[in-house]
Amino acid sequence: MDLELIITSFPKLLGATLITLKLLSASLFFGLILGLFFAILRLNRNKLISGFAYGYSYVFRGTPLLVQIFIIYFGLGQIEYLRSTFLWVILKEPYWCAIIAFSLNTGAYTSEILRSAFETIKPGIIEAGRSLGLNKVFIFTKIQIPIAIKQSLPAYGNEIILMLKGTSLASTVTLMDITGVAKFIISTTFRPVEVFIIAGSIYLFITFLVHNLIKYLEKKYRYQ
Amino acid sequence: MDLISFGDNGWGDELFVAALMTIAVAITAMLIGFLFALIFTPLKLSKYKILNLIANSYTTVVRGVPELLVIYLFFFGGSGAIMYVAQIFGYYDYIEINAFITGATSIGIISGAYSTEVFRGAIQSIDKGQFEACHVLGLKKYIYFFKVIMPQMLRLAIPNLSNVWQITLKDTSLISVTGLVEIMRQSYIAAGSTRDPLFFYSFAALLYLILTFLSMKLINRLEKNYSRGY
Repeated sequence: MDLELIITSFPKLLGATLITLKLLSASLFFGLILGLFFAILRLNRNKLISGFAYGYSYVFRGTPLLVQIFIIYFGLGQIEYLRSTFLWVILKEPYWCAIIAFSLNTGAYTSEILRSAFETIKPGIIEAGRSLGLNKVFIFTKIQIPIAIKQSLPAYGNEIILMLKGTSLASTVTLMDITGVAKFIISTTFRPVEVFIIAGSIYLFITFLVHNLIKYLEKKYRYQ
Repeated sequence: MDLISFGDNGWGDELFVAALMTIAVAITAMLIGFLFALIFTPLKLSKYKILNLIANSYTTVVRGVPELLVIYLFFFGGSGAIMYVAQIFGYYDYIEINAFITGATSIGIISGAYSTEVFRGAIQSIDKGQFEACHVLGLKKYIYFFKVIMPQMLRLAIPNLSNVWQITLKDTSLISVTGLVEIMRQSYIAAGSTRDPLFFYSFAALLYLILTFLSMKLINRLEKNYSRGY
């Protein structure tokens, strides 16, 4: 065990934590919007629209995240047309490519979580709202969404942790997140165990925080 | 279409072999995972706190740390660890472990953590009366486990194991960083030499979709088989 290496590499890895957290929060934010959007499409009566949403979630859940990043980062740059549009400003940055891939991926999982949450809402609650003369938008935003959020909290907590682990793939497109820095230190010092212990502890600590946050929220939003 | 033709001009045969490699790694990893689950599930259900702690730290650490980090640990540290053990037994030559074993072991340890949780949940949801009945009947330990508990546990575990299989199958793509030529690595090579990454990575995505689709069909059939009588 090389204590000195542990002490010197800890601040480097802690610095990289910032990038990991940035990637995580950005992709969760966009993923939640995408997820909500596709969950609403899934509940649409039109077969074509719900089929499209199902296809989206099937494709993104059925393929590895690594493939998705590579398609967006290496693949999209190949299309000549894209290079001439404003999109290229975003697509040439590995940081944004990673966020796009992560958001699409977590969006697919989130849409499944939210869809099942919407489906478990008892129809009686919605009917009650309707018979009170509330309009559709009001029922959706004030009744369905709060219940669905509460319902999907445990599953969404798991998804946050999966996404945290997913951000490690950003290191494959040259980003220096925790895993990227860890790999760099390992390949220059050949001390995998020490680096694994520090990097792993940082990830576990974030997991621990997320876990407790979700627990707290679950308690807060429990039925009275 | 030329790009994926079989033979010298296309990448069809290479990608086909790579897909077989992906399946081989995934199955090996899943089996290694079962081995780990076989060790750690009893520890999780044990009466002794210390054994619980060991099993809990295994599942918590492995499920909380990115797969890629675990793979790097084994890729860079694997042969070192083996050589260290070999030196104790008086073997001083350089030992190199091949990428297949490194990859399958690291993914196996990850999938083992998930399988352990699945088996624990399944055993815990078996009715207590079943265990008590075995005791009362004085069944031998292995009959009690293989003939009574195991069949009931499998029925409850299969739907969740199919999730573990999906995770394992998708995790195999990460082994490409160690240089093992599976779907992802082969696509990377093909994309590099033809300068057509969009096509090859999309094709890789399609291959993964086909694999997940086919395995779901197979598992559904298995699930029906184990749910006879319910």
